[in-house]
Amino acid sequence: MGIFDFLRSRNKHSASVAKERLRIIVAQERSQRGAPDYLPLLRREILEVIRKYVNVDMEAVDVHLENDGTHSVLELSVALPGQSVGMEGLRAEG
Amino acid sequence: MNRESENDDRNAEAEHSGDGMQETGASPSPTPDARLPPPEVAATGAEKLAEVIVVTSGKGGVGKTTSSASIAVGLARRGKKVAVIDFDVGLRNLDLILGCERRVVYDFVNVIHGECTLKQALIKDKRHDTLFVLAASQTRDKDALTKEGVERVLQELRDEGFDYIVCDSPAGIEKGAYLAMYFADCAVVVVNPEVSSVRDSDRILGLLASKTRRAELGAAPVAQHLLLTRYNPARVINGDMMSIDDVKDILGIEVVGVIPESEGVLAASNAGVPVILDEESNAGKAYEDAVARLLGEQRTMRFIDAPKKGLFSRLFGG
Repeated sequence: MGIFDFLRSRNKHSASVAKERLRIIVAQERSQRGAPDYLPLLRREILEVIRKYVNVDMEAVDVHLENDGTHSVLELSVALPGQSVGMEGLRAEG
Repeated sequence: MNRESENDDRNAEAEHSGDGMQETGASPSPTPDARLPPPEVAATGAEKLAEVIVVTSGKGGVGKTTSSASIAVGLARRGKKVAVIDFDVGLRNLDLILGCERRVVYDFVNVIHGECTLKQALIKDKRHDTLFVLAASQTRDKDALTKEGVERVLQELRDEGFDYIVCDSPAGIEKGAYLAMYFADCAVVVVNPEVSSVRDSDRILGLLASKTRRAELGAAPVAQHLLLTRYNPARVINGDMMSIDDVKDILGIEVVGVIPESEGVLAASNAGVPVILDEESNAGKAYEDAVARLLGEQRTMRFIDAPKKGLFSRLFGG
């Protein structure tokens, strides 16, 4: 610690910022890692089916896969336009 | 260094032993492979088998090739028979780091395509009798490598009695990187204490756990080791660089070595002499330690503390 350290203190502890950011992104990416490859395609095809009836946004379908030890839960939620109702559509367990 | 003293000593005898391969490797066998030992027993089994070590990272420029060269030399210096293979098709560089760039006639892709024998393509190191280099092709497209071809070459190296096969992976997660890690028993993941490198390394660890032959066969997983490079203890103490423990915490695997940022690394690559041979350089000594740890020795980490500061730098910062 030099007496002039206050002059360059703006860089202090950037390493702890890096660690915190990495901890979050790595955890998030690891949770998606086990997800089956078909999820993006499944999402797109479901969206196409829905769009036959309702004009929903490309971002309207949220596909979520949760692993719970012995079984996994596939959760799909579709936000319909103009209404604030979320459609809890398919719920598949296996 | 007596690099000029010998003539081209590549093994030019065209004695080809690869035709009687027991395995074609055309389709991945669903049954566990008897030739595939768990890494920890590889050296003690009744029939000694080559251990395949992949040096990988995801991110480019972190020191994969430098590390591959030094690890290969370190193993060869301990009397092991070592082959080091450059998987970076199109961007050959391992030959430069090892100082054998002018002796490359045939490369890895030539062997895979049957345009020469493995013996013709293996370049014997000038300094170590038990070290052989298989260079990457400069011209072919990335599809030049095939899984069957790589498997055949690795099997031929095993049949030739190699103890270690070091695979220098290209950056990225494309085919070259995939094939470099696919047959591995052990992985050295090279990482800089920097956000993008650490994140990419985590990605690579995920691939090692799922996209390798060991993973597909349900065999013992690929042994994973972290090799921290470009480590700067002074910056870690200042809080400007993540520490060894930070990286270890995030990635959750053991650190096999910490290579300090060192002028010796550039000097070594300039000269074409792997830095592990530079007795003066801290980086060279740290590689030597890392190789010892890879072989199961216990060694305390060196060069991870900042140099002591004098009164002047303590007063004025430095």
